[in-house]
Amino acid sequence: MPLVALGSSIELGTASDVFADGDPDETWQLRLYVAGASPRCMTAYANLKRICEERLAGRYDIELVDLLENPQLAAGDQILAIPTLVRKLPEPITKIIGDLSNTERVLVGLDLRPRPS
Amino acid sequence: MMSDEPRTAPPPAITKVPSGIAGLDQITDGGLPHGRPTLVVGSAGAGKTMLGMQFIVRGALDYGEPGVFMSFEETAEELTQNFASLAYDLPDLIQRDLLRIDSVHVERSEIEETGEYELEGLFIRLGHAIDSIGARRVVLDAIEELFAGLSNHFILRAELRRLFHWLKERGVTAIVTGERGEDSLTRHGLEEYVADCVISLDQQLVDQVSTRHLRVIKYRGSPHGTNEFPFLIGRDGLSVFPITSVRLESIASHDHVPTGVERLDTMLGAGGYFRGSTVLILGGAGTGKSSLAAAFADATCRRGERCLYLSFEESLSQVVRNMRSIGLDLQPWIDQGNFQFHAHRPTMYGLELHLLSIIQLLDDIQPQAVILDPISAFLTTGPVKDVKVMLSRLVDLFKLRQITALFTVLADDATVDQSEIGISSLMDTWISLRNLESNGERNRGLFIMKSRGMAHSNQVREFVMTDHGIQLLDIYLGPGTVLTGSARRAQEALDRIDLATRQDELDRRQREVQQRRQAVEAQIAALQAEIRAAEAEIRTLLSEEASRDAANASVREEISRLRMADPAQSTS
Repeated sequence: MPLVALGSSIELGTASDVFADGDPDETWQLRLYVAGASPRCMTAYANLKRICEERLAGRYDIELVDLLENPQLAAGDQILAIPTLVRKLPEPITKIIGDLSNTERVLVGLDLRPRPS
Repeated sequence: MMSDEPRTAPPPAITKVPSGIAGLDQITDGGLPHGRPTLVVGSAGAGKTMLGMQFIVRGALDYGEPGVFMSFEETAEELTQNFASLAYDLPDLIQRDLLRIDSVHVERSEIEETGEYELEGLFIRLGHAIDSIGARRVVLDAIEELFAGLSNHFILRAELRRLFHWLKERGVTAIVTGERGEDSLTRHGLEEYVADCVISLDQQLVDQVSTRHLRVIKYRGSPHGTNEFPFLIGRDGLSVFPITSVRLESIASHDHVPTGVERLDTMLGAGGYFRGSTVLILGGAGTGKSSLAAAFADATCRRGERCLYLSFEESLSQVVRNMRSIGLDLQPWIDQGNFQFHAHRPTMYGLELHLLSIIQLLDDIQPQAVILDPISAFLTTGPVKDVKVMLSRLVDLFKLRQITALFTVLADDATVDQSEIGISSLMDTWISLRNLESNGERNRGLFIMKSRGMAHSNQVREFVMTDHGIQLLDIYLGPGTVLTGSARRAQEALDRIDLATRQDELDRRQREVQQRRQAVEAQIAALQAEIRAAEAEIRTLLSEEASRDAANASVREEISRLRMADPAQSTS
C-alpha cells in the first residue's frame, strides 16, 4: 500500500462512478471522532458532510463524538487517531483516519469505490 | 517517598522511584528516574511485558502508586490470564482503582488513511486512564506495534515524540517497551525519543541452558552498574541478581557452631566452624564428604536451628538411609521441620535458575546452615568460569545472611587442584578428605587445609565411620611414615608389646636393687651386731679387772696392816 498522499490530490470523477452508492434502502451510520473544535476536525467534518450529501443524500446519519468531553468513548472503537471516521453500518465496520481531504480514499474506505488493485 | 522540592545548589539530582523488581534498584542505585520514561528493549520473550507489569503491580501494592498498563500487543483478558499464573490478581487491582489496563489494537487492513491526523485519541485514552485512578506509573507495552498499524510513519514519529514529552509533563514514571532491532536498539529507533534510561533484556543459550540477562545501557544523570546481570523469572516475577553490587561488608562472627564431630571441633581450635563462615569439604568418591556434612546438619538441628540441605545427586530417602547406617538419624529433624531437604538435578535448569531457587529457599526457610552437596555436580551445567561466578555470589549471599555454609566438592586426589573450581580462596575453612592407601587397604584421612581465624591443628586424623557416628582417630606417626587402619593397629600392638617388655625389665631391675639394698642392710646389721658384741666383751673384761683390783687392794691392805706399813704407800 502506498503512503497516503497528504491533502486532496485526486478530483472526484463522476464518470467513473460505476460502483456507486450501494443498496439504496440502507441507512448509513457514520460516527466521527474529534477532539474539540480543532481546524483539522472541522475540515474532516466538512469533507464528510460534503461526500455524504453527494453520494448518500437522505440515507446517512453522522454522529459526532468529541473525545475531550467523553474520553471514555475512545477505547470502545479503538480510537487512536483524530479525526477518525467509523462506518458502523452497513457492516463490516471500517475506519478512516485523517481529515478526509482525499476524497478518493474516503470513497474507497467507505466501500463506495472498489479498492485499487 | 522521593521529594520533589526544588533545591538551590547543587543542581537537583535525579529522584528515583523503586522499580519493584528485586535487584534492579541496586543496579540503578535507587530505581527508575522519577517522572521520566524508561525504555526497556529486548527480543521476543525476553521478559519486557513481565518487567512492565511487575513495575505497575508492585508500585500499586508496595509503593502506593497506581498505574496504567497500556498494551499494544495483548488484550486485557490475555494479560489477566497470563499474570494469574504469577499470582497477580489484575481484576482485583482494577476493582480497587489501583490499575487500569487499556489494550490498543490497530488493524491496518481495517483502516484507511486519508489526509493528516494526530494520535490525539491515544493521548486522550491514556490521559483518561491516568486521571481516573490518579496513576503515577505508566507502561506502554510494545508501542512500536503502531508502526505496523499506521502507514504514515512521518506522523507517527512526530506523535511519539510528542507523547514522551507529554508523559514527562504529566510527571508519571513510565516504562516503554520495544523489540530489539537489527541495526538499532529497537526496530523503529524508540531510543531516539526515550533517552533518559535504557534497559536491555536478553536471553542467551549457552550449552543448551538458557540464561536471561539484564543490562542498564544508559541512565542519564545517575551512576549505574554496566554489567550484564543475570535475572530470572520465578514465582514472584522477575528478579535481577546483582553480582557486583554485593560488597564485602558482611560481619565476621566470633561465634562458632559445632561441626557434629567432637574431635573436629578440637582440631579447629575454636570449637567448631565460625558462624556465617563457608566450609569446603573436598574429597574423592567415598571419602565421607556427605557424612561429614550430615553430621553438621545433625548438630545444627540438635541445637534447634534450621538446616537446608541441597542435594545435587541423591534423593532424601537415600541420604536418610545412608546416614542411618552410620548412626545419624535425621528423621526426627525432618519431622520437626528443622531439616529441609531439596534435591535438584544440576542439569534441570541453568545456573541462574539454581541460584534463584536457592535464594527463594533461603527466604522461605530462613536457615542458619546450608549444605550444598556436591557443588562439583554443577560443572556439568556450565562453563567453569560461570560456575565459579555463581558460587561466589552464593558465598556472598550466605555471608550477608550469616548462614554457615558447607560445600562439598568431589575430587580425586589427582584432580584436586583443578576441581576445587578455584573457589577454595572463597572458603574460610577447607577440609580435605583423602584416601590413604597402603598395605592393601584404604583408609580415610582428614586434613584441615586451612581455617581462617582459627588456630587449627595441622595434624592428619584418621576418619572412621562407625555405626554410632563419625570418629576421628589419631593416626600413627612413625619415623617417616603415617600409618592408618590395620597397619596403624598392628603398629600400635607392636608398640604395646614393646612397652610391656620394657616395663618388665624395669620392674626386674627395681626388684634387684631392692634385694641388694636388703642384702647390704643385712650386712650392716651384722657388722653392728659384731661391734655391739665386742663392746660388751670389753665391758665385761673391764668390770672383772676392777673387781680384781679391788680384791688385790684389800689383800694388800691386809698384808700392810699385818706388816704395819706406812699408809701413804697404799694409795698410789
